[in-house]
Amino acid sequence: MAHFERDPHTGHMTTGHEWNGITELNTPVPKVIWLFLACTVIFAVGYWILMPTWPIGRTYTKGLLGDDVRHDLTQSVKQAALDRSVWSARIEKESFADIQKDAALMEPVRETGRALFGDNCAACHGRNAQGSKGFPNLTTSSWLWGGTPEAIFDTIRVGINSAHPETRTSQMPAFGKDGMLPRPDIDKAIAFVRSLSHPDAKDLDPAKVAAGKELFAANCASCHGEDAKGNIEMGAPNLTDPFWIYGGDQASIAETLWGGRQGHMPTWENRLSALDRKILALYLVDLRKPEK
Amino acid sequence: MVAELTKNERQGALVILLALAITGLAMAAGGRGDPFGVHGALVLVTAIVGIFAVISGYYAPEPSPDRLDSYYDTPTKFGIIAAMVWAVIGMAVGDWVAWLLAYPEWTFDAAWASFGRLRPVHTSGVIFGFGGNALIATSFYVMQRTSRARLPDQLTPWFVLFGYNLFCVIAATGYLMGVTQSKEYAEPEWYADIWLVIVWVVYFVLYLRTLNRRKEPHIYVSNWYYLAFILVVAMLHIVNNLAVPISWGSAKSYSLFSGVQDAMTEWWYGHNAVAFFLTSGFLGMMYYYMPKRAGRPIYSYRMSIISFWGITFFYMWAGSHHLHYTALPQWVQSLGMTFSVMLLVPSWVSAGNALMTLNGAWHKVRDDAVLRFMMVAAVFYGLSTFEGSFMAIRPVNALSHYTDWTVGHVHAGALGWVAMITFGAIYASVPWLWKRNGMYSAKLVEAHFWLALAGTIIYVFAMWNSGIIQGLMWRTYNESGTLAYSFVDSLVAMHPYYIARAVGGVFFLLGAIIGFYNIWMTIRTASQDEAAQNTADRPVAEPAVGVPALQPGE
Repeated sequence: MAHFERDPHTGHMTTGHEWNGITELNTPVPKVIWLFLACTVIFAVGYWILMPTWPIGRTYTKGLLGDDVRHDLTQSVKQAALDRSVWSARIEKESFADIQKDAALMEPVRETGRALFGDNCAACHGRNAQGSKGFPNLTTSSWLWGGTPEAIFDTIRVGINSAHPETRTSQMPAFGKDGMLPRPDIDKAIAFVRSLSHPDAKDLDPAKVAAGKELFAANCASCHGEDAKGNIEMGAPNLTDPFWIYGGDQASIAETLWGGRQGHMPTWENRLSALDRKILALYLVDLRKPEK
Repeated sequence: MVAELTKNERQGALVILLALAITGLAMAAGGRGDPFGVHGALVLVTAIVGIFAVISGYYAPEPSPDRLDSYYDTPTKFGIIAAMVWAVIGMAVGDWVAWLLAYPEWTFDAAWASFGRLRPVHTSGVIFGFGGNALIATSFYVMQRTSRARLPDQLTPWFVLFGYNLFCVIAATGYLMGVTQSKEYAEPEWYADIWLVIVWVVYFVLYLRTLNRRKEPHIYVSNWYYLAFILVVAMLHIVNNLAVPISWGSAKSYSLFSGVQDAMTEWWYGHNAVAFFLTSGFLGMMYYYMPKRAGRPIYSYRMSIISFWGITFFYMWAGSHHLHYTALPQWVQSLGMTFSVMLLVPSWVSAGNALMTLNGAWHKVRDDAVLRFMMVAAVFYGLSTFEGSFMAIRPVNALSHYTDWTVGHVHAGALGWVAMITFGAIYASVPWLWKRNGMYSAKLVEAHFWLALAGTIIYVFAMWNSGIIQGLMWRTYNESGTLAYSFVDSLVAMHPYYIARAVGGVFFLLGAIIGFYNIWMTIRTASQDEAAQNTADRPVAEPAVGVPALQPGE
């Protein structure tokens, strides 16, 4: 059956077999392939001799170099911490005010704070810390629980309405849904609240605003204050400034008054080290400085 | 189709379908309120449709004994069409998820449209739906011809193809319902896995039975590869999917492995799926269709041997390179890396053997887009195997791991090698199978070729850029010793490349749709030609000594 034939193009003989018209040449394996194979095998065997490779019973060959990636990793993490300690130790020790005064020390705070914020906070507060509906803008001077570095540090630690035992807790009641105020009164209250931050608004009925003022004093002032400037002890927002978490237009305020609000910020105490939280607090205060 | 079955086979089909219907009914009853029940209903409906189909053809006259004088190609025809349907579905979903990565808000707030559910529809759709059907279909074709033996019966090949496609449908619909065992490329749950084992063992036995009937004294290279593919995939699939279902009425199961053992088993599976599904099987395809189309002998039988055994031996060790710098012990990583480096030699020998086979036929490569598909496939096979060995080196992997470079590498192999060789083989087979003079439109084949090549290149370059930028951003420290970039920063940097990748995907998908249309039109356009009725394309005829039995389309 075998039928050997010389291929005119390559000059090589066929193997003498044929399958459905396909034949094969008996071309020898080119020397360069054996060389190539030898090189890779030599590399592999060399690597086996030098590095941990082959299992033997309950252990393995350690290799002449005694390389151990776990050890290497532990060492490099230690070294990195040591390198950072020139500035990080000072941040851990010194007060917020002292750090803020030290321009050189604020450099690593800005660098590190940016990455920390991007990886941990940006998902809600946005990459530029400017927030979005339901998530406060952190670049303004308006802070629910206080904008000092100490206050921010503590907010990051315990969170708001979080699972932390010392959590900051606040709630805007659902005045409409829970029947605390009849709908016409809610309309009046909205008119008054809008007049606080938009005194020039043309569509406000002065009579409604005046009636709303009385309703505000009776129902809202206990948290937001007589002057509606909020209360950082209770996390009640200032209603007279232009910054709104859920929106300051008619519809948004109506929604807030009707259904109430209870924002949530997680506790970071067990997720970020005290150093990282301190850096973040300083970073956020620093972020709004140019706008002051 | 039923008319091609003998009476006994029709009865056999009814028994199998009845058993399937009862299984489906039991699943539907036991799994009420669970996706398991939905799949039970799906199996039941499929079985009932099958029963009706068999009954409606039951009293048709039996096929004539003449059939034994020809190859049994109807299953191959079905498999090729199924492969093209899955290609369009799988690639469309692939491009969809590519856009989803660039614009993550495009999920319509629907659970099924989330990236995590759609992505396995893409991967399973193209690997198992497109690749698997193409492999099964061509393996039937190639095995019969290189053995000069007809498939041993008419029922088994249909069981394999329908059973396999039922598995693919259960897998894809399951993902959309959230059914997954969270193992990459092995997402289908326990019941789908058991079904695939049955189908696969039948496929293996069918292959051996055909091989056993061969009239050729020697077994052709393609069949070594197809057999390695079938055998090893069975082994990988069974071991990696060992799991305990939480109940007989639930889709959920827990793997037998945990922790780093689970990870190692998964990547032993995952990398050998690349080896024996996406490499071995398609090398089998290449070894038949490329010399056939080029009209050239295989360059070197000896190179075929060393590359076959090299690939088979080295690949088995390489899986741990997916777990560099993880909890996996360092010595396992060393083994994976060194064997991956040695693996380059047999991989390049295969690619070289393929390209050297084209010597003396380069003018055909220039003129014939079908052969050019196969040539480009061999080039991409060489490129991506080099890239793979390179990325398996630990320090290189430290940069490339978890980045888009990996995604680019996979697609250089999947688009450039697997899909290209498959399109080449399908374009070669369709006129042979349906007895046509050639494809409906050679210009459309040409258009498909350039779209596929352009799409692949855009895709791969976008991912190289994106991946290396990502890798560098993740490891850049600033002077204070902290990472310079947040993860979100790297996402912003990747965005333009994600758009480019999705555009490359559109090119590739368009090519596949054009291919589907061209194949469809070739089948529909009856161009029965005397010359197309090749009398040599028969199993019993003695091999025409010295005169290769050429086939139409050459």
